[in-house]
Amino acid sequence: MTREYIDGATAIARGALQAGCNFFAGYPISPATPILLHMLRDLPKVGGVGIQAEDEIGAISMCIGAAMTGARALTATSGPGISLYSENIGLAIMGETPLVIVDVMRMGPATGGATTVAQGDVQFVRWGTSGGYPIIALAPSSVAECYTLTQRAFDLAERFRTPVFLLPDKELIMSMATVDVAEYVDVAVGQRPLVPAPAGNGAGPKINAATGQPDPRLRPEETYLPYDFDPIAATPPTSPFGGPHITRFTTSSHDEHGFLTKDPVKVGRLNEHLRRKIEDHRAEMEFGQFDADPAAETLLISYGTTARAMREAADRSRAAGQPVSGLTLHTLWPVPENLILQAVAGHSRVVVAELNHGHYLREIELLLYRHAARHHHAPPQISGLHRVDGELITPEQFLAVVRY
Amino acid sequence: MLQMQLLETYKNERPDPFCPGCGHTFILNHLDAALQKLQLDPKKTVLVSDIGCVGLSDQYFITNAFHGLHGRSVAYATGIKLANPDLHVIVLMGDGGTGIGGTHIINAARRNIGVTVLVFNNFNFGMTGGEHSVTTPAGYRTASTLAGNLESHLDICGSVAVNGAGYVYRGTSFDRDLPDRIAEAIQFPGFALLDIWELCTAYFVVNNDFGRKEMLGMVDTLGLPTGLIQRREVRELAQALHEQGQRLRGQPTLPVRGVDAQFPNALDRKFHLVIAGSAGAKVRSAAKAAGYAGVLAGLWATQSDDYPTTVKSGHSISEIIFSPEEIRYTGIAKPDALVLLSEDGLKKVGGHLRAMTPEDVLITTPEFEHVATAARKVILRPRDASVRITRTNRSLIVTAAALRLLNLFPVAALEESVRQTMARFAAENLPVIAASAALLES
Repeated sequence: MTREYIDGATAIARGALQAGCNFFAGYPISPATPILLHMLRDLPKVGGVGIQAEDEIGAISMCIGAAMTGARALTATSGPGISLYSENIGLAIMGETPLVIVDVMRMGPATGGATTVAQGDVQFVRWGTSGGYPIIALAPSSVAECYTLTQRAFDLAERFRTPVFLLPDKELIMSMATVDVAEYVDVAVGQRPLVPAPAGNGAGPKINAATGQPDPRLRPEETYLPYDFDPIAATPPTSPFGGPHITRFTTSSHDEHGFLTKDPVKVGRLNEHLRRKIEDHRAEMEFGQFDADPAAETLLISYGTTARAMREAADRSRAAGQPVSGLTLHTLWPVPENLILQAVAGHSRVVVAELNHGHYLREIELLLYRHAARHHHAPPQISGLHRVDGELITPEQFLAVVRY
Repeated sequence: MLQMQLLETYKNERPDPFCPGCGHTFILNHLDAALQKLQLDPKKTVLVSDIGCVGLSDQYFITNAFHGLHGRSVAYATGIKLANPDLHVIVLMGDGGTGIGGTHIINAARRNIGVTVLVFNNFNFGMTGGEHSVTTPAGYRTASTLAGNLESHLDICGSVAVNGAGYVYRGTSFDRDLPDRIAEAIQFPGFALLDIWELCTAYFVVNNDFGRKEMLGMVDTLGLPTGLIQRREVRELAQALHEQGQRLRGQPTLPVRGVDAQFPNALDRKFHLVIAGSAGAKVRSAAKAAGYAGVLAGLWATQSDDYPTTVKSGHSISEIIFSPEEIRYTGIAKPDALVLLSEDGLKKVGGHLRAMTPEDVLITTPEFEHVATAARKVILRPRDASVRITRTNRSLIVTAAALRLLNLFPVAALEESVRQTMARFAAENLPVIAASAALLES
């Protein structure tokens, strides 16, 4: 078995390059800086561009500009940087921009602990911009998953023209780990829907046959409706700046032309579109790993680094004769409801473990209580296992919960 | 017939929305004239509009358009230009956007990214009700400076010129030659900025009894230069980055560095090794060599480091786990072996020392002979080594001696690890590993 001794930052950069990433802009911040360094060093080798911006706002702005010019763009930061990204995350949602944002979670609030592990940005990335529109967030729990889920993030970003978060934590990014290279699974990365090029290659300048001079005049087929979504949950086709069409991008409430509008019918339909574009396609983004034990009463749910201790505890618990199931979530947003409900079925008790005050516990409670009410049965007993002191939740903590 | 191919306007059929007499209408007409003069391909031209009344502007042109957040237009334009240096990227922003996005403008000037910035400068915020902006001169009245502005104005041109902008111009919306200047700026390869003074007939004109004559007079009162302020040869960033990238094209990117087991190991359980020393003393390098050696010996290994934000002072702790099975949880509750190298390290491992039992081993140097712990102690004397011991190879020699003592895998695995992970320094580090054997004999 061939193995590799590697950290998560390298795996994310490698996954991004494998996914066809050709633009990176970022600003140094622990613990995300190693990703920036890899991308600035390696992007030129594949004809891409990497730049260290003047600040985080500049970084995500450059990424959005590049993405609408056709690039597959990546940026990487940590909690304090996400604060500065906030307004532009909304812009990327509104303008329907494919973009992958890595948030290497560290201890907060504020500057917190720059190299201390935490998982405190789970709700922050979900609600981190005005309006409260859905986003997609994936959480790797191993170095191999850092590689695979980075590609998955690009696939979802492109296909749904939306920002996608990758939410690793400091421990995963900066620690060395041993990976069985067979676990590096590649993902077929799709492409954003594109408006078909006009006949006769509209991409190049038109040359008048009589004079040999370029002709800048636009033909009708070189324009299109940049925000024409039909049905409402469909991702509208686009065309890059500099491509074969005229493209309009806007962050303001707009009509199908990309012109500003306050028409309640059009604004309502647009905002409904932004929600349903993600929520109607939940089934395409439910990723996780369910380690089922048919004899178990307790289901442990976790994600990221914490899921590693969970899985070790599950193995130890079973070896000691105490059955337990474990669900590792790879998708955090939108909440993978079917995956969770299927895993929960048959268990009388659910424990959600995370390095925060219970960010995902509330999502599990909401889902399971609603589901129980709708189907007129009693919900399982739900509790949380939390830690916010900068240390990892230990397998012993999980075992104590399972035994309880 | 050449005449047939000319694009006679770059504006679409939508009527301009601005107040009667507003400078924006004049400047946009000048921009249209400049585009007509250059006959740019609209598909290769992107208008990036900022926020405020000027943020409406892009909707009246047939070119590509990007309408984004307040003050960030220059940063979007930078991303567009970097991704496709063949595009003509023109930013339309006001004095408000200049204030909130000042850092992007100055840094774009410093970088000489090849975008053209038109500042529609009417000395106040027209869209939100006539508040003062960074360019409102002292003494003038606005909605937010009713008793007269006490702040001094920002010299936009001076700010970008002093920071390296290639093309800098100041004029007014009444300048007859403005289309030529705009065309010149668009054709300029580096960063170009035009600070164009104009009238806000809704607010600034009303609040200050201000008109064309007064605006031209203000140029003199403030003593700011007008016309072409700076034009110098520059290296445009987007092109320069692509050219620099050309030289690196095709080099391998982050290839998988596969490791196959080459050495046996003697481990049937998880083993926790902690190395505690000082930052700047190559603790993490020694730990990485040890971890990689374990992988060479067919084990799974992890390494988690802790160090302060300063990289060459304070502690440096590396926690390594070796295991015959895949390692999931990477924390260490109690080390099986602790290599203690310095006072900085000692301050951080009190919990470990207290938790350790006589089954465990503390490997350290004579200074720490008496630290309180139940662990078995092995005292090494790196000073007596047959090679010269420095601050930076001390971590490696003690770690190497510890690995010999622990006998998890052959020391040859560590030597091979050093050849692979520290290739440039292998010649100096291999003798250190060899010399570590003698430390255990005394």
